[in-house]
Amino acid sequence: MNWDFIREYIPLYREAALLTVRLGLMGIVFSILTGLVCTVIRYYRIPVLRQIASVYIEISRNTPLLIQLFFIYYGLPKIGIRTDPAACGVAGLTFLGGGYMAEAFRSGIEAVDRIQTESALSLGFTGGQTLRYVVLPQALSISMPAFMANVIFLLKETSVFSAVSLMDLMFTAKDLIGLYYETTECLFLLVVFYLLILLPVSLLGSLFERRLRYAGFGN
Amino acid sequence: MPDLGIEVIWKGKNLARLLGGLAAALRISLISVAVSIVLGIFVGILMTWKNPVSRAITRCYLEIVRIMPQLVLLFLVYFGTTRAFGWNLSGEAASVIVFSFWGTAEMGDLVRGAIISIPRHQYESAAALGLMPSDVYRYIVLPQSVRRLIPLSINLITRMIKTTSLVLMIGVVEVLKVAQQIIEANRMSSPNAAFGVYLFVFLLYFAACWPVSLLARYLEKKWG
Repeated sequence: MNWDFIREYIPLYREAALLTVRLGLMGIVFSILTGLVCTVIRYYRIPVLRQIASVYIEISRNTPLLIQLFFIYYGLPKIGIRTDPAACGVAGLTFLGGGYMAEAFRSGIEAVDRIQTESALSLGFTGGQTLRYVVLPQALSISMPAFMANVIFLLKETSVFSAVSLMDLMFTAKDLIGLYYETTECLFLLVVFYLLILLPVSLLGSLFERRLRYAGFGN
Repeated sequence: MPDLGIEVIWKGKNLARLLGGLAAALRISLISVAVSIVLGIFVGILMTWKNPVSRAITRCYLEIVRIMPQLVLLFLVYFGTTRAFGWNLSGEAASVIVFSFWGTAEMGDLVRGAIISIPRHQYESAAALGLMPSDVYRYIVLPQSVRRLIPLSINLITRMIKTTSLVLMIGVVEVLKVAQQIIEANRMSSPNAAFGVYLFVFLLYFAACWPVSLLARYLEKKWG
């Protein structure tokens, strides 16, 4: 192991990791928003939008991110929609993540028994109150494991960003391997930096899950 | 109607080449799925053991696979092991190794989940009837677990197919690579080919994954 080499290139990897985290977080936030919109549309059964949301969810969940990125980055400019690499990465991640988040939220809401909504309504809760005090707290708790799995999944998926010439961790590693042929050191740094990003998220996820396991008491 | 480059797909052997690329991707994922299912059953049973050593090992294995992006694993095997051990590995072989390694862990976790969902009294009744521990698995636990397992493992197949798109990054010729070649070859005659061809590839992947997803959902409803 060539430690001088490693010391020299840590800053480059740090930059790349920051890019991965920044774009990943933006993608995750937008995915959550997209997922929430889809969930609301499907929960209230809004006529036309509901079908659109369902089609979108099926498409986003059944195609790989790499293909989505290629289409956005190389395909869309041909019909006049041009994006820079970073916007393309976030857009692709949002397109993919929105569908996954929507499914996670939906499974949470569906798990709350119909009888609970009906009981709340018969106790004189308004529709909004039912959602706020009865459905959402339980639905959030139930969808938490799927939600955290999605967050980790989306962070991992950022590894294909190098395909649209974003200088992320994979790009840096591949570039340095090509330049200096210090394969072992480059891959070692790559693994270490991905661990630095993903290990805390994973640990936080299991902590959240344990903390929020209050729904379904008595089942 | 502007030129969208869709006609490039029908030119010459382009369609056959694209489908051939998809076949290469599907072949990698199907081999990996087959390996994952067989090994996954053993790993899954291992995961349910109370032995602290086997527990720690399987737990570490699962966490590594869960945390590392598949692309990093591909790089490790394709660039790392070839350098470290000095052997020669084709991109395709490296992908099968990585996807099997990944799939075995995921499958093992699914098997573990299915096995622990079988109530205790089933084991105890079987033991009380004088079945050997191996027979308990063979006749009581596995048949019941399989029903829960099948929809989930079908889901794993779609994930596997989607993940095979990554093999482009280690130089395996699959759909995306073929698409790039076609676009490059038709740069002059149809400059907008990128739109049509990538859209087509997008739809190809969707056509490969969607029916499998629907099947998984149907079985989940039917047996769940």
